[in-house]
Amino acid sequence: MSAISSPSSTTGAAPLSQRILAQTRAELTMTLRRGESLLVTIILPVIFLVFFGRLITVPPIAGSQINFLLPGIIAVAIISTGMVSLGIATAYERYYGVLKRLGSSPLPRWGLLVAKTLSVLALEVVQIVLLILLAVVFYGWRPAGSIWGALPIILLGTIAFSALGMLMAGALRAEATLAGANGLYVIFLAIGGIFLPVDHLPPGLAQLAAILPPAALSESLRTTMSGQPVQIGSILLLVGWSIVLVAAAALTFKWE
Amino acid sequence: MSTANTRAASGRSPVGDKAGTDTAIAVAGLVKRYGAQVAVRNLSFTVRRGEVFALLGPNGAGKTSTIEVLEGYRSADGGSARVLGLDPLRDATALKPQIGVMLQQDGLYPSLRAGEVLNLFGKFFAEPENPTDLLRLVGLTDAAGTRCRQLSGGQKRRLALAVALIGKPKLLFLDEPTTGMDPQARRATWDIITNLKERGATVLLTTHFMDEAERLADRIAIIDNGDLIALDTPAGLTREQSTTTTEVYVTATPGLDVGALGKLDAARGARETAPGKYVIETGDARTLLVALTQMLREKNADLIELRVGRSSLEDVFLRVTGKEIRE
Repeated sequence: MSAISSPSSTTGAAPLSQRILAQTRAELTMTLRRGESLLVTIILPVIFLVFFGRLITVPPIAGSQINFLLPGIIAVAIISTGMVSLGIATAYERYYGVLKRLGSSPLPRWGLLVAKTLSVLALEVVQIVLLILLAVVFYGWRPAGSIWGALPIILLGTIAFSALGMLMAGALRAEATLAGANGLYVIFLAIGGIFLPVDHLPPGLAQLAAILPPAALSESLRTTMSGQPVQIGSILLLVGWSIVLVAAAALTFKWE
Repeated sequence: MSTANTRAASGRSPVGDKAGTDTAIAVAGLVKRYGAQVAVRNLSFTVRRGEVFALLGPNGAGKTSTIEVLEGYRSADGGSARVLGLDPLRDATALKPQIGVMLQQDGLYPSLRAGEVLNLFGKFFAEPENPTDLLRLVGLTDAAGTRCRQLSGGQKRRLALAVALIGKPKLLFLDEPTTGMDPQARRATWDIITNLKERGATVLLTTHFMDEAERLADRIAIIDNGDLIALDTPAGLTREQSTTTTEVYVTATPGLDVGALGKLDAARGARETAPGKYVIETGDARTLLVALTQMLREKNADLIELRVGRSSLEDVFLRVTGKEIRE
């Protein structure tokens, strides 16, 4: 019984940075413990890159298919981390009442979102470094364009797809988010300009795919990383999707 | 059924005190609606600092709606609620470090270990309790390394209690804290709450366990359909009924004529609470017992158990709400 102290007269919250860092650490620990999350965020993109590097549908850029494939697989990595892993995990946290419980703790709502963002970015650093290393080792990839120029696009894509994940997590039941995120993942692989250029898709589908966020992300990454002129259209599309998805998630998110 | 032999009344006036520095929670005319449905209507009560206050009522009475307004989860549709002198919504940043919350849903990360969850919540506070000590307190030392998804229902409940305590709260909100616990864990939890009270913490708890409210609470508010029905000390609530009424508890052959039992000499009414279990109200137990035993002999009915007692809180509850307390 002596373990309980008297209520402290100076009860207070820890410094904000400590609260957010503790939450970020917990988010990363949990991500690393979810086997299915590692499968979709790390193992699948690696398999796609290593084994599909010479896929016949992939058109070569500057004489090498890897120049087409690598930016697409980086887009897949961003989609898997933001939409699939973050979305499904958050949906189940809502289902288990963890989000609600955190709501009466001294960690502010926005602090939780910062922690989730930081953990998504940390995972993406691992993914992208790993993918670039493998591209160099297996296919002798050399950046023809700018890797640094790709960073703002990666950030934009992260915002758009994390918002899409959170939109599902905050509005749908956990099971529906699970099905929705996985379903969209497969669809985005097919029509996201990952293995197959969008204009190779059947007419109609090609026009639709061209205005969806996956193609906007993979196309703008591809042009930037291979030193082609930046496609302002794709980037504006990505900005537009980010605004719409963040607003939709913010307006519809239910914490319990 | 428990007896009316409860802790002594606190001796303070149960209602009508003014909000002041010794007030932990002040609720006045609180209204909460969900669409057309009214969950809480015009509810008023005050919880003093250092007091254990129980909200008691059947499911759907408005207990959780009330406590969640006070925790800052929901806005009130009318009236006012002040917690530690603060507005639960507008002053949430100042309030949250001072309160501990145990929701009906445990809210634990399934993939984190028990000790990790406690450490995480501890990091949100400037001066948290020692997580190891708290785990020992709630009897989870051996489960510290167990993932939350593998804990039993009762273990999860106890961990949720530890999480509520980690920030050394001045005020503790416990929404049905012992639901799902085995009897031993319930008793241990009661000891923890009693101990907290002795150290000056304020506790607002909801429960549908009569014995829990009777044993822990300094004062009990019985609510039903969002209305306050009675508010007093446990002793006060039972005394009101028992000055004039005594109850006779009988276990006998099932299916006896309740109407006939209620018309026995000195009887004021009778009911069969479970097959073969009867409660007869009377103002004169000696006269009633003569008539009762005579009737049982004439009907050749078995008499298994017979007890005379004052009405318990459970009877009070049944009388004021017209409902049994358990779901």
